[in-house]
Amino acid sequence: MTDPLVTVENLVIGATTDAGRHVEIIKGVSFEIAPGEIVALIGESGSGKTTIALSLMGHARSGCRIEGGRIRLDRSEITAMTEAERARLRGTEVSYVPQSAAAAFNPSKRIMDQVIEISAIHALMPRAEAEAKAVELFRALALPEPEVIGARYPHQVSGGQLQRLSAAMALIGDPKLVIFDEPTTALDVTTQIEVLRAFKSVMQQGGISGVYVSHDLAVVAQIADRIIVLRGGEVQEVGGTEQILKAPQHPYTRDLLAAFEPVPHQPLSAAEAAAGILRPKPVLKVQDLCAGYGHVSKGEPRAKVLKNVSFTLERGRNLGVIGESGSGKSTLARAIAGILPPYRGTALFDGTELRPDLRNRSKEQLRRLQIVFQLADTALNPNHSIGSILARPLTFYEGLRGKAREARVIELLDMVHLPASLRHRLPGELSGGQKQRVNLARALAASPELILCDEITSALDTVVAAAILELLKELQRELNLSYMFISHDLSTVEAICDDVLVMYKGAVVEALPAARMSREAQHPYSRLLISSVPQLDTGWLTGLEQDPELVAQFARR
Amino acid sequence: MMADTPSSTTPKGTTRDRTAPKGPGWRFNWVGRIGLVIILFWGLVALVGPAFAPYPPGEIVDWDYFGPVTGKFWMGTDYLGRDILSRILMGARYTVGIALAGVTLACSLGVILGMMAAVAGGWFDMILSRLLDAFNGIPSLLFGLVVVAAVGSSIPVLVLTLAAIYMPGSYRFARALAVNVNTMDFVTVARARGESTPYLILREILPNILGPVLADLGLRFVFIVLVLSGLSFLGLGVQPPNADWGALVRENIEGLSLGAPAVIFPSIAIASLTISVNMFIDNLPSKIRDRSE
Repeated sequence: MTDPLVTVENLVIGATTDAGRHVEIIKGVSFEIAPGEIVALIGESGSGKTTIALSLMGHARSGCRIEGGRIRLDRSEITAMTEAERARLRGTEVSYVPQSAAAAFNPSKRIMDQVIEISAIHALMPRAEAEAKAVELFRALALPEPEVIGARYPHQVSGGQLQRLSAAMALIGDPKLVIFDEPTTALDVTTQIEVLRAFKSVMQQGGISGVYVSHDLAVVAQIADRIIVLRGGEVQEVGGTEQILKAPQHPYTRDLLAAFEPVPHQPLSAAEAAAGILRPKPVLKVQDLCAGYGHVSKGEPRAKVLKNVSFTLERGRNLGVIGESGSGKSTLARAIAGILPPYRGTALFDGTELRPDLRNRSKEQLRRLQIVFQLADTALNPNHSIGSILARPLTFYEGLRGKAREARVIELLDMVHLPASLRHRLPGELSGGQKQRVNLARALAASPELILCDEITSALDTVVAAAILELLKELQRELNLSYMFISHDLSTVEAICDDVLVMYKGAVVEALPAARMSREAQHPYSRLLISSVPQLDTGWLTGLEQDPELVAQFARR
Repeated sequence: MMADTPSSTTPKGTTRDRTAPKGPGWRFNWVGRIGLVIILFWGLVALVGPAFAPYPPGEIVDWDYFGPVTGKFWMGTDYLGRDILSRILMGARYTVGIALAGVTLACSLGVILGMMAAVAGGWFDMILSRLLDAFNGIPSLLFGLVVVAAVGSSIPVLVLTLAAIYMPGSYRFARALAVNVNTMDFVTVARARGESTPYLILREILPNILGPVLADLGLRFVFIVLVLSGLSFLGLGVQPPNADWGALVRENIEGLSLGAPAVIFPSIAIASLTISVNMFIDNLPSKIRDRSE
């Protein structure tokens, strides 16, 4: 057996908090990477996966320090080097592909100048040679017009292209190890495929080792040879990709996998549905809704986002809205809620018409229709205690005060499985999942009939998101709610919805029953979208065949 | 981050003492405390100081002018032989009072209008902003000069003039902060709930901009003290025989070449007040200062 390219032994990384307390972020992690092998670091936020990846370059984020253990890359002891020696290593021995390529490129310089910057810094080769090499890499990464794309500015190429260009930037110095830090997380699924394919082929051709940091098991399954599962700065399990996916040993790995396989949604049973028959009208009926942003002239805004959206949502059922970024999903929720008044079309709530602007709606209408936003961090006022955040809708809609209000706040916290003592805390003192529960409890405080959920699980870790979905289902059974559930994640929608709307460029292209979504999709875009979702199968990406015409028509790669 | 189960909250809950105040607390460091003590001292002087003045402030009590520090005149005498200590005690009332009234008026008006403009947007915002921008273009001392020349100098006129000079800046500052907060989802949620503009302004936005706004208030207080001194220096401020601290510096300025305490002590008074306000504002209790972070 050949010597490993990278050896990490007993790595300890610590940080000092603002309060002066010392915490260990990485608690003695050891692993090896063989030449030409791609190892994935997987775990939820806060598990230390990015911290480990950065330490392979000898870099620790500000405030953090490598405190123990050793890292060896090829023949260099990274932990024993001075900062100047490490700087010489970066770009030539080890390089980095960041999560957000858009933020990694300087918007005011041409792409080519930035891609070959590494060769200039390390004086590796003359400029003409570096440019020729860059064009070669562009071709290997399947970028369109490889000869001229370097002359463009970063804003003139798409997000997926930019991510591949940042890989070219990392590869120009012929590194032995490339670190990918969640490079496809911010991309749409149809774009992600192309980027993953390009990464995979270029790594295989060059025989380069890689570290792939991700929280998405399905993505990792396509590209990694081995997977390291991390939690709280400790290795939970190490194994070959097949083994981790098929026969996980550690309970935490099993949790991760279980969260990935959502329990299919069970529609309300006949008896529960009967309760809805008392009010047979659909809870929400939207017809020809049009909305947009910008200056309004002749009754139409300049940028039209929603185009004649129509659907019906029956009481006690859930409607999923899927589509890629920019398809108008969130705008649809905002238009229904009246935050962005639609300029045409009608929305009937329980048979009565909703006025376009929420300022013209009655308090009762506002109460029955609530909206929950994606980011609980910004949806909760950081200066109000959880108690007062939940108390406000109670006072506002029902005029509750004093003891009665307090009791109801505790009841609401209990509904979302949070302890009553939490009401004295500020939002900044809660975890992401707890915040999202409070966010949900605030909507419940109004005793609504319909909740518009705008990507409410997207910013959460898989396991936490699965718990929130369970909670939503439970609340639905108890309170006879209906949800309109917006997401870009198809498996989430599958887990909670009865019906699905597929949106593309502001229009509904297809309406489907969620359970048979993958089989019954007719519209080419829906089929493309559904087939682009990574599967927990190592051979999925290689075996995937998509109609190139379809891709050219709909995917914005 | 990773914990989402209710049980995970207990360890955190136990390390935090339930009886202790929540959040960063009201404690602040000694620099801030010194600042606060000096501010309170001058505030007290403004309230009760004149009662303790050894001589009537307008009376000539010494035959010598620019007299030195003596047991009889603790801070010397001025260019007419009046007791400086008595005049500083009396001047505190004008300087601290006018500046405080002016800054309160300027900032509360500016901040409220700024938040209203940010929340309402559209025409209201546009017209108000352009109007106040135009107003900002008038040099402050020139504006004061014209107003005082037109309606005469009196304390209400001075307070209103100073407030008018500093309101547009405060408006701009508060509006810029409020526009940022206004785009946050929690404001959208409150709006979707059907809340009125006063609620949005006072409960959702104000707490999130309070820290910077208070810091701005402290800065403006200092500016107002200086402009008031400037106006008095030009003879447009408080009218003789009364005098604020700026006027005391002006009328005794010839004493500077003689090293007279008559010009030194009022200068020290102005410096101590303005510096201590800055010390206090820069070291506000973290509970207020960190709010917007």
